[in-house]
Amino acid sequence: MSEKQLRPVLETSHLGIDFGGLTAVDEFNIKIAPQEIKGLIGPNGAGKTTIFNLLTKVYQPSRGNIMLDGKDTRNMSPVQVNHAGIARTFQNIRLFDKLTVEENVKIGLHEHISYGMFSGIFRLPRYWKEEKRAHEKALELLDIFGMADQADVRADSLPYGAQRRLEIVRALATEPKLLLLDEPAAGMNPSETAELMNNIRKIRDEFQIAVMLIEHDMNLVMGICENIVVVNFGKIIAEGTPRQIQTDENVIEAYLGSGKES
Amino acid sequence: MLANLINGISLGSVYAIIALGYTMVYGIAKMLNFAHGDVIMVGGYIAFYSITLMGWPPALAVLAAIVVCTALGIVIERLAYKPLRSATSLAVLITAIGVSYFLQNAALLLWTSNTKVFPNIFEKLPGLRLGAMQIAPVTIITVLANIVIMVTLTLFTTKTKMGKAMRAVSEDKGAATLMGINVNRTISLTFAIGSGLAAIAGVLLCTAYPTLQPTTGSMPGIKAFTAAVFGGIGSIPGAMLGGILLGVIEIFGKAYVSTQLSDAIVFAVLIIVLLVKPTGLLGRKVNEKV
Repeated sequence: MSEKQLRPVLETSHLGIDFGGLTAVDEFNIKIAPQEIKGLIGPNGAGKTTIFNLLTKVYQPSRGNIMLDGKDTRNMSPVQVNHAGIARTFQNIRLFDKLTVEENVKIGLHEHISYGMFSGIFRLPRYWKEEKRAHEKALELLDIFGMADQADVRADSLPYGAQRRLEIVRALATEPKLLLLDEPAAGMNPSETAELMNNIRKIRDEFQIAVMLIEHDMNLVMGICENIVVVNFGKIIAEGTPRQIQTDENVIEAYLGSGKES
Repeated sequence: MLANLINGISLGSVYAIIALGYTMVYGIAKMLNFAHGDVIMVGGYIAFYSITLMGWPPALAVLAAIVVCTALGIVIERLAYKPLRSATSLAVLITAIGVSYFLQNAALLLWTSNTKVFPNIFEKLPGLRLGAMQIAPVTIITVLANIVIMVTLTLFTTKTKMGKAMRAVSEDKGAATLMGINVNRTISLTFAIGSGLAAIAGVLLCTAYPTLQPTTGSMPGIKAFTAAVFGGIGSIPGAMLGGILLGVIEIFGKAYVSTQLSDAIVFAVLIIVLLVKPTGLLGRKVNEKV
């Protein structure tokens, strides 16, 4: 393998954030390899979504650094982080409700559609060409989840599971190197979850991107993640393969309690 | 009766074009830009001096007004509103009123309080004769301009990537940012479009009512704001409908009730509409602060 392929997509060092006097995340050090599927798990309130917010610069870290594909993100804004290659979904779905399914995907494609104001207003050939390309690309992406036939439906009229899938498609449209999924299986039934697992693998293989996901559904996490990071109280308490995590004493203690306290 | 209706639609078209600026900025930046009316006045002065001082043809004068106002809109947003992006809406509102006074007083300094008589730039164009009634060219052009602007803007917001980005930012700035949309640039663009439209409105207004003073923009600005709220603030067709209805009500009020009371009638209608339908005629559920 060349050096480029070995370089992690994301590497954090001593990452941390405080809210007032409270340390929400501390000493968070991870590496995500290209095309790796990594799980981020932990009890409720452990700081998982906060970590996603740090990685996407929604929160400015109090300490530490995030290297994205070899680039320092210290001075990047959330938009720049997205352009540099991180896309995400949200725990509480944040689609553009009044836009159609296809338009939501086109928002993700925005940076990759190239025509100016002038072409847009006067509808020059460039506008038609680029919009046609965007339309085809959007349908192609929607087709991964078999949603191409719902392209013209308003996003808020989709059923819950489909909205979660649309969020993934919208994030994919920004052409990320790393896709962050915040509880992608929340509210899905077991068969939908199984399908989602296949789709996450398919996305990883087809788009050759890395995926990090927060999830409470342990079947999904253990089923598709090659590597799992467990956090509690904002700190990493274990890291390893699903098998290692399942037998790790710290993890069992965090989830079930040590038994000594009660 | 028909003459009044046509005059009302013409005046209403000017209100509609101004109201678009209010409604777009509100929809995307979630703020009321009370300096918008004064941008109209600046547009009027730029066109006035381009014609009288520089001797430019009207088309070039209009273009100059559009360019200056667009730039002015971007600068106002950058200097006065952008630093307040995360401030309370009240702070932004007061700042907007401050910008409004600033522009009026800057105009007073630059161009004095002497009333300027705006030239009739459509003089050479033929009017339209409908039976015994003569329709002035400015009336026709105002209505046509309104239609063209409305269609272009609707197509722009629904069919282009910038328009879609505007609608996305209007719904959820945070999510839009994380999907790679540059929110600051999108808001800037909205101000640019709104202010460019204000320049067109300024020229049309000054041609129809040819007096120009530093305060020329404030009353039409307030009326257009009323029109935007009347039609449902944030809605482009609402601005159109609200503007035209307001213009017609104002002219009919002047013609059949009282010249002095016409403004009172306009605002009374607004109050009644808002009592019955607080979101305005075409407004959807509004869960945003003023």
